[in-house]
Amino acid sequence: MNYLLSFLFCGFVCVVAQLIYEYTKLTPGHITCSFVVIGALLDLFHIYDRLIKIFHAGAMLPITSFGHSLMHGAMAMTKEYGVFGLAMGMFDLTAAGIASAILFAFLVAIFFKPKS
Amino acid sequence: MNIKKYNEIAEKNKPQKQVLKHTFNAFMVGGIIGMIGELFLNLYKEIFSFSEKEATPIMLITLILIAAILTGLGIYDRLGDFAGAGSFIPITGFSNAMTSSALEARSEGLVTGIGANIFKLGGAVITFGIVASFIVGGLRYVITYFW
Repeated sequence: MNYLLSFLFCGFVCVVAQLIYEYTKLTPGHITCSFVVIGALLDLFHIYDRLIKIFHAGAMLPITSFGHSLMHGAMAMTKEYGVFGLAMGMFDLTAAGIASAILFAFLVAIFFKPKS
Repeated sequence: MNIKKYNEIAEKNKPQKQVLKHTFNAFMVGGIIGMIGELFLNLYKEIFSFSEKEATPIMLITLILIAAILTGLGIYDRLGDFAGAGSFIPITGFSNAMTSSALEARSEGLVTGIGANIFKLGGAVITFGIVASFIVGGLRYVITYFW
């Protein structure tokens, strides 16, 4: 059941993005950026937390969850340090993703040759 | 007359069919990536007995690693042609953007090539994510302060 739910939600987000891509002149870069902003906005009233509870990996994988976890780390830190916690906790949850993406991109760029 | 009419109808129907096909492809590929993520999440929880909080970043790292290697082999770009949004909306698309811009700049050297260009495409996502969450987070901080 969990597999079906995450399949449906991840597919649904991709369908929305594909429809925007087909009917407007936006590039993939524009669409991913706006989806990150939407993810941060959805966390304003904890809507995205509920989505993650229901859909598990299906809600964690789309790029909207990147905005959500940036926001989530920042908000957790504001409870301790006030308004400066926004800057201190911003990367808390996404650190694993960004650090590993940089490391693997660097290693792949060294060991592989560009195709096409 | 008939040919004209046929062409008109064909023009009307052609893009719609493409949209449906592309959307279906995006749905399938995006959904399958979501299922793979769920599979890894369960795997780490059941076999290595991590908690949900520990298993989530490890699952993301695994998918980022897979996407980076597939980009290096040239498979992910072919998947991108086929699936469109299904390949660039999940976190694997972020990894693909960074790896492909690093690969392209490989010939310009380590520092001025890979180091300087690695964030060429992926940097936009990070920039907008941080600016948006600063604004939205500030807004929520103010709301909770006065509530």
